Amino acid sequence: MLGLGADRLRADMNRLLALLFHQGVLDEQFLQLQQLQDESSPNFVSEVVNIYFHESEKLLRNLRALLLDTELSDYKKMGIHLNQLMGSSSSIGAKRVRNVCVAFRAASEQNNRAGCLRALELLEHEYCYLKNKLHELFQIEQQRALSAGIRYPMQN
Amino acid sequence: MGLKMQSHQSLAVRLNEQMGTKRGYTLIQSYRAWLPKFLIFWVFLMAILSMFIYNGMDADNKVRRKEVLSSMCDQRARMLQDQFSVSVNHVHALAILVSTFHYYKNPSAIDQETFAEYTARTAFERPLLSGVAYAQRVVDSERENFERQHGWTIKTMKREPSPLRDEYAPVIFSQETVSYIESLDMMSGEEDRENILRSRATGKAVLTSPFRLLGSHHLGVVLTFPVYKSKLPSSPTVEERIEATAGYLGGAFDVESLVENLLGQLAGNQAFLVNVYDITNSSDPLIMYGHQNQDGDMSLVHESKLDFGDPFRKHQMICSYHQKAPTSWTALTTAFLFFVIGLLVGYILYGAAIHIVKVEDDFHEMQELKGRAEAADVAKSQFLATVSHEIRTPMNGILGMLALLLDTDLSSTQRDYAQTAQACGKALIALINEVLDRAKIEAGKLELEAVPFDLRSILDDVLSLFSEKSRNKGIELAVFVSDKVPDIVMGDPGRFRQVITNLVGNSVKFTERGHIFVKVHLAESPKAMMNGKSESTLNGVPNEDVLTSGGCQFKTLSGCEAADDRNCWDTFKHLIDDKEFRYGSSSNRVATNEEYVTLMVCVEDTGIGIPLRAQDRVFMPFMQADSSTSRNYGGTGIGLSISKCLVELMGGQISFISRPHVGSTFSFTAVFGRCKKNAFDEMKKPKSEDLPSGFRGLKAIVVDGKPVRAAVTKYHLKRLGILVEVASNIKTVTLSTKNGSVTSGRNIMHPDIVLVEKDLWISIEDGGFCVRQLDWEQNGHMFKLPKMILLATNISNAEFDKAKAAGFADTVIMKPLRASMIAACLQQVLGIGKKRQQGRDMPNGSSFLQSLLCGKKILVVDDNMVNRRVAAGALKKFGADVDCAESGKVALKKLQLPHCFDACFMDIQMPEMDGFEATRRIRQMESQANQQMNGGPAVEESTCRKGEWHVPILAMTADVIHATYDECLKCGMDGYVSKPFEEENLYQAVAKFFKS
Repeated sequence: MLGLGADRLRADMNRLLALLFHQGVLDEQFLQLQQLQDESSPNFVSEVVNIYFHESEKLLRNLRALLLDTELSDYKKMGIHLNQLMGSSSSIGAKRVRNVCVAFRAASEQNNRAGCLRALELLEHEYCYLKNKLHELFQIEQQRALSAGIRYPMQN
Repeated sequence: MGLKMQSHQSLAVRLNEQMGTKRGYTLIQSYRAWLPKFLIFWVFLMAILSMFIYNGMDADNKVRRKEVLSSMCDQRARMLQDQFSVSVNHVHALAILVSTFHYYKNPSAIDQETFAEYTARTAFERPLLSGVAYAQRVVDSERENFERQHGWTIKTMKREPSPLRDEYAPVIFSQETVSYIESLDMMSGEEDRENILRSRATGKAVLTSPFRLLGSHHLGVVLTFPVYKSKLPSSPTVEERIEATAGYLGGAFDVESLVENLLGQLAGNQAFLVNVYDITNSSDPLIMYGHQNQDGDMSLVHESKLDFGDPFRKHQMICSYHQKAPTSWTALTTAFLFFVIGLLVGYILYGAAIHIVKVEDDFHEMQELKGRAEAADVAKSQFLATVSHEIRTPMNGILGMLALLLDTDLSSTQRDYAQTAQACGKALIALINEVLDRAKIEAGKLELEAVPFDLRSILDDVLSLFSEKSRNKGIELAVFVSDKVPDIVMGDPGRFRQVITNLVGNSVKFTERGHIFVKVHLAESPKAMMNGKSESTLNGVPNEDVLTSGGCQFKTLSGCEAADDRNCWDTFKHLIDDKEFRYGSSSNRVATNEEYVTLMVCVEDTGIGIPLRAQDRVFMPFMQADSSTSRNYGGTGIGLSISKCLVELMGGQISFISRPHVGSTFSFTAVFGRCKKNAFDEMKKPKSEDLPSGFRGLKAIVVDGKPVRAAVTKYHLKRLGILVEVASNIKTVTLSTKNGSVTSGRNIMHPDIVLVEKDLWISIEDGGFCVRQLDWEQNGHMFKLPKMILLATNISNAEFDKAKAAGFADTVIMKPLRASMIAACLQQVLGIGKKRQQGRDMPNGSSFLQSLLCGKKILVVDDNMVNRRVAAGALKKFGADVDCAESGKVALKKLQLPHCFDACFMDIQMPEMDGFEATRRIRQMESQANQQMNGGPAVEESTCRKGEWHVPILAMTADVIHATYDECLKCGMDGYVSKPFEEENLYQAVAKFFKS
């Protein structure tokens, strides 16, 4: 029964992943990331993703502050932040966040404050969505790991 | 919506206006109101013209008539004059006779008797004179003497004794015809007296004016001649003449009978009316002959002068026609005919013009209707497009919500309902999309993209779409793309896929057994195929032979008969031969320069076929073979018409050959752009991901009895870079390997993989053959076992177990074949093997990468923690020992010499110090160290290469453009890898440094 549960969890995970892929939230890079995870580094993906969340939240905070605080926003600094966010997003395969970043950067290069604000809104929204979904995914994976972990000794 | 409708209306109106302005008014059209007036005018013109013609001809007649008249008249006048003068001459002669014999002879030789006889006998000389008489001049003093001498008294014309006068002129001699005037005094008659006086004064013959002659009562004139007693001087005066006058000779001209006679002698007498006038007194002409009031044609008269020898008297002859000129029938007929002809011509022209006007009116009307119909059609299409679009939006909402609903916790019934609703919704969306497509195409709004795409992968995708269905039905589904077809073409991948999907979908729908075969080759190739075809028939191997000998086996993909035998092996192999020949010579034949490539795509199935009577309306929208089709198979029948439109948009044509109960073959051509070389390179990268290159150089044997199918398998394996041999049965394979792989004549390899077709295996199995008999190791060679793979369309569990037992332990590849799927299967099969042969030199794949990177110490420099972590993770996976630096400065510190790093991956975009700058500094550091080292004592040599410090630095960059690459090299980097890492890319970059 526990084995079946693991299977179901795996199916759930796959479905969730498929949905995210279908929606374009994630891309192949995430799969590559998953492939990097093996016995030597069992929590590699979640580790990386957590770093990503940590960094990204910092960046988002900075971006918001830059946009809101001063009337004369520092677009150059914003560009640097965005580049960082873009780089890390493409590393973990967060496709939609990355795309929004591209748009954001384009807006910031044109010093288009309204566009930047809009993009920031969108970026935060996408980021939250991604975060929720990935958290969901990791929860399932944890459950699966748990159930699988129980199974292994039985098998052995 | 209302706005849109309005715009449609205005469009239609505009269209009409355009038509209106465009409408070409011809000359006739613009004067249409004038046409009847033109006709009337024409009739008048004709009437006038014919009148002119009549007048012209009539005038001719008149002139002729006039000429005739004048000549006649002149002739008569001349004759009359001649006759008259002859008579006058004779009278003159008589006068001379009288003077000679009466006066110069003494006594007189003439008396009344002599005179009468002589004149009677010479009367024929004077036909015009009724008679002549001689009157003697008697002065009053001589009267008594004279009366006495002659014995009678002088009497007046009234036969009375003459009264007393100065002188008298009594007639003494007379012709018998006028004997009644003897003794009459000529001086007593008014005319005679005047005559006598005038004649003796002039000495010439003189004439009286016409008067009624005595006796005959005819009109006549009297001619009087003077007779002189003595000879006159040469130019006598009047007095001398009067003095010398002895008497007068006179004669009466009976002009009336004279002219009557004369005219009687001439022809055409009846036609003319002749009048002779004395016009001495021009105001009052006296008639001499003819009737004053005779009716005749007085419109045409001719006057001729008559000279009767008396200068005092003037005479003229007036001639005219008795009858009026007869109407000239020729002229009349000619004119009338001319008029009639003109009338007819006019009417014909008028009729033609009216007809033209009518036809043009009709034409314009039709054009207007056509325009309206077209506008309506466009409006319809636009409406359809709009409505479809409007429907699609809410439908997407419905479907999305249904998908969300399905994600929630539902009971199985609810789930079933929701799934049904979703399926229906999807079907509806599909239908709407089709209708929308159709409408878009009709409205001319569909535009094709031109982007580079990989045709083969699209075909693979389509195949995978139908793989489930075809597998369930047990149909073979295969695709084959000729090698000549370029890898990347420019076109609209979506639309191309749509057409293929539609055709294959139809085929799958209508096929229950056999195969569906999609084949793509260059449109030029069929020529080669045709050649092949004719050749095969020349060789005397008609298809029937194949049929019978093969035991109802056709040389098609599945062995079932196909509608179009172009895909059977006999022709197909020519295509491959040709291709291989091209392949061989392609080294010197660089890519063709043509800008476009025309592809021929055939989709062949062995389904129910299309009924003959339905074949001509296959491409019509909403038409299916018959109404039962939609009942049995579903569908709207719009797909093929869309396909046709799309194919035409792609510059090609679609056609089909179908035989009921045998199958259908749809083939279409499409024109695609060839890809430019650089674009091609760019494309190559992302697309090559699909097919892993790890199989390059592997060798495989395909065992398949059916050559077409074998060719398809070969094609897929070839795409993976695997060298393929085809064997028709397992025994040959066994033999060839047993005999040290020389029997086949080629330097055939020891195969890594053997792919066996399930049909073949089953048949062998039945014959008691076991694959285990392929005792590979018996031949003593040290080859490892080749992987045995079974190819199957569908396989039951029992069969699967049997296959496993028979030696196909490795895997079963399910058809339809796709390169990526084969790759996945092979990866699965060979992946296990890789670990076993780790030492083996396999220049590709992750295992090699692992061998390269294993144990190497690598520094990753990136400011982005996530990237750093990922890169580190990836490198660690390949066994590298990874250290990280979060900025250029830290990296510089870590790379202070001496260090123990084998390589450095450097991010380019970093704050403070970017990758280029960091690299430059590192290189600076190294060169200083190298100089010192060369000069000074040797340093640690563990990591230095050729006695020099040079740590390989690879740039990590997200944007792979050439400019960046150039800059990388400029600042001393050794290469670059794209970020995020790709195995292939990483391998290529790393291989350069760790090759040694």
